[in-house]
Amino acid sequence: MTEKVKIRIDGEVIAATAGQTILEVARANSKYIPALCYMEGLSAVGACRLCMVEVSGVARLLPACTTPVQEGLAVNTSSPQLESYRKIALELLFAERNHVCAVCVASGHCELQTLAQDHGVTYVRYPYNYPRLTVDTTHPRFVLDHNRCVLCSRCVRTCAEIEGAHVWDMAGRGIQTRLVSELKRPWGEATTCTSCGKCVQACPTGAMTEKGWGVEEMTKQRTVVSRLTSMREGQ
Amino acid sequence: MDKLKIGTCWLDGCSGCHMSLLDIDEGIVAVLEKADIVFGPLVDAQEWPEDVDVAVIEGAVSSEDDLKLAQTARARSKVVVALGDCAVTGNVPSMRNGIPVRKLLERVYVEGATERPGSERQGVPTDGVPALLKQAEPLHSAIKVDVHVPGCPPKPGAILYVLGELLEGREPDLGSKLRFG
Repeated sequence: MTEKVKIRIDGEVIAATAGQTILEVARANSKYIPALCYMEGLSAVGACRLCMVEVSGVARLLPACTTPVQEGLAVNTSSPQLESYRKIALELLFAERNHVCAVCVASGHCELQTLAQDHGVTYVRYPYNYPRLTVDTTHPRFVLDHNRCVLCSRCVRTCAEIEGAHVWDMAGRGIQTRLVSELKRPWGEATTCTSCGKCVQACPTGAMTEKGWGVEEMTKQRTVVSRLTSMREGQ
Repeated sequence: MDKLKIGTCWLDGCSGCHMSLLDIDEGIVAVLEKADIVFGPLVDAQEWPEDVDVAVIEGAVSSEDDLKLAQTARARSKVVVALGDCAVTGNVPSMRNGIPVRKLLERVYVEGATERPGSERQGVPTDGVPALLKQAEPLHSAIKVDVHVPGCPPKPGAILYVLGELLEGREPDLGSKLRFG
C-alpha cells in the first residue's frame, strides 16, 4: 500500500508515496502551488484551476490537487505561462461577483484577496459582471453572502464529509450556479444544519461569516478541518 | 530643469485617497522638490492644465462630469495613476450597479426623503448636478490607465513610493505594498 515513488518538483528530487497528489507532495515539501478550492482534510475537486502545473511529457496543464504522483513524474510549478493563467483565473473570480474588499468583514483574512496580492493582480482586465445577489441572514449565528462566493465548494465538502450533515449543494449551471442549503431553503430553516459553523471556518472569502463582526474583523480558523481529519485518521 | 507637473482629481469616491496622499507627511517635501501640484482638490486651478506629467485620479467614473474630467486628464497627461479601490475596481460606488439609475434616484430622493412641513417635495434633483451614468465603473473602463494603486485607501507609503518612482521616470512595481481593501 505504501509504495514509494520519486518525483521531481522544479528540478528537485522528492520522495513521495503512491496515491498522494502533486499538491500534497508539494505542500509537504514546502513547495508553493497556489490553490483556493483545495483544503487539507477534504476531497479534492479541481474547481478553481489555480493549482495548474506543467508536467513533462503532458501537453496540457494538469491540476496539482487531483493529479496523483507516479514514479519519474517531473512537475514545473511556476512559469510565465502558468503565472499568466493564474492571474486570469483570479481576475475572472473578481469579475464574476461583487467582491468589495473595502466593506467586507473578511478583508485582511480572505484567501482570494491574499492570492490576488501575492500574484500581483493590480486590477481586473475583464468587465465586471455586477450581478444582483442576495444575502441570507436567516441563520441566527451565520451569514451567507452570495456576493463574495467563489463556488469553491469547500463548505459543501466540509458539511458532507466532516460533519456528515450535507446541508449545502450547488444549484444551477455556469454563471447562474448558486450555493444552496437544503434544496434552496433559507439557511435558518435548514433542519439538517447542526449550526456547527465548520463551513464558515472553511470558507476562503467573506461569503460565509459569523454575525456580529465589522469590516476586517472576521478571522477564520482554517485548520479546523485538517485537525479533525487527522485526529479521526489517528483513531 | 523645469519642475514636473502633478494633477490630482477626485471622481466618485470619498476623498479618503486624497487624505492618504496628505498622510505622506514630510514625504510631500521630496515630492514638491521635483514637481508642482497644478490641479486638484488641494489647489485652486479651475481647468486641468496642458502637459501634466502625472495624473493621480481617485474614485470611480460614475457621472457625466466624472467621465469628462477623466477624459480631459487623460488627454492632457503623460501618465495616469488610478488611485485607490474605487478607481481600480469600482468598489463601493459600484454597489449600485445592479439597480437601474431611475429606481436608485427615486429610492433616495423620493421614497427616502423626509418631508419638512411647509416645504414642497423636491423629487430627484436635475439642476446643477451631473447626470449619473448607467453604472459606476473603474477608471480603466473609461480611459487608458498606466498605473493601478489599489487600497481603501492605499497606504501613504505606497502612494509616496509610486509618486517617487514616476517622478524619477521609473515604472513602479508595488510588490508587497499591493493591497485591496
